[in-house]
Amino acid sequence: MIAIVDYGAGNIFSVKNALDYLGCDSILTSRKEDLENADSIILPGVGAFPAAMKKLGESGLVDTIKQQAKQKPFLGICLGMQLLFEKSFEFEECAGLALVKGYVDKMVEPELVIPHMGWNKLEYNRESSLLDGLGDNEYVYFVHSYKAFCEDENLFAYCEYGHKVPALVGDGKYVFGCQFHPEKSGKTGLKILENFAKMR
Amino acid sequence: MLAKRIIPCLDVRDGKVVKGVNFEGIKEVGDPVQCAYEYNLQGADEIVFYDITASHEGRGVILDVVRETAKKVFVPLTVGGGIATADDIRDTLRAGADKISVNSQAVKNPQLIKDGADIFGSQCICVGVDAKAISPNKWTVYINGGRIDMHIDLIDWVKKCEQLGAGEICLNSIDTDGVRGGFDIPMLKAVVDAVKIPVIASGGAGKLGDFADAFIQTDCSAALAASLFHFKELTVGQVKDDCRSKGIIVR
Repeated sequence: MIAIVDYGAGNIFSVKNALDYLGCDSILTSRKEDLENADSIILPGVGAFPAAMKKLGESGLVDTIKQQAKQKPFLGICLGMQLLFEKSFEFEECAGLALVKGYVDKMVEPELVIPHMGWNKLEYNRESSLLDGLGDNEYVYFVHSYKAFCEDENLFAYCEYGHKVPALVGDGKYVFGCQFHPEKSGKTGLKILENFAKMR
Repeated sequence: MLAKRIIPCLDVRDGKVVKGVNFEGIKEVGDPVQCAYEYNLQGADEIVFYDITASHEGRGVILDVVRETAKKVFVPLTVGGGIATADDIRDTLRAGADKISVNSQAVKNPQLIKDGADIFGSQCICVGVDAKAISPNKWTVYINGGRIDMHIDLIDWVKKCEQLGAGEICLNSIDTDGVRGGFDIPMLKAVVDAVKIPVIASGGAGKLGDFADAFIQTDCSAALAASLFHFKELTVGQVKDDCRSKGIIVR
């Protein structure tokens, strides 16, 4: 059973739809016990970083999330990935979950349109079981204006948009985050979700 | 670098896919959920539902279509047609749409663009624009499915849309729509040059090379077509193969 954290942020149904389509058991939940009993956890999210951290705080789940992410596969999606870092500078400096080293800041690309929105190609940096079965020419769907700044050891895949944009990050153990939306990335995204669902 | 997007559009009336020529002579061609699923298999980068349901009572039907589509299609979905308020936008996004498209209502009430962008984010607000040439390199904006000339200059309007927070412009040329002689390159060029946000080419695709032409001759981000894909004259895959063979980056 995968627990999808429902803390009032974003379109969580599309993640649930994708897992249903793959035949993976999942629940949308804001209960501590569900996170503790789940085999793995997905943290979705769209919107602004400070508002999401505030909602997460109000849900009373921050400690549980931090603790569970050290024991079982954990995937943050889009803003949910950004929340994994130590801090963000979206509007104001705001502390994150600090599960992965690094921070989040505005994308500055004077020549390019921000938000970075559309299909971009995954470039691989380090091996990860989340990327099992993917080929050399895989595109995934991005929608964001802020990006992660992280260490090379935490970067599994990136894409090029002016500069390098971290696409798939992780702590090397249980914690993963993807900046793109796997639930909107066609076959490639479904494969990544399927790989995640198989992890224990 | 972002891939150029190929977007099939489904005109939906009372829950059925329909297609007309020059906005008239409408015929039914099928089930929208099934059509969307097939496009997804062909490699569509995004799917647009354009709801032309006339009655207010029929409006809920499109949300059911979106809900059902979102269960089996995992690429971004855009819904346009009849969206007039921030509440309409909210309902549509909640049903599973990733973006909404506003057209006539945005011309009548430009604040709708700003409200939508402020509440839900620019990324989900696409402004559809129908325009027609009045002289070479000069176009005016039409509403109500191309029926009413608002005598608003196209370039002024798209700049205003961008300023108000539109995330994208879907530009439909009334002159080329349904004619199948290719996209309206001069109009497309003029709009792409006027704004920084992505522009989707719409109206006029009639053969394989038309898509690549739009990407080669202008910096548009995507190209949209309806009848060509509906009547199975071309698949999205064939269009992408053609683009790829001409050095255009597609997914």
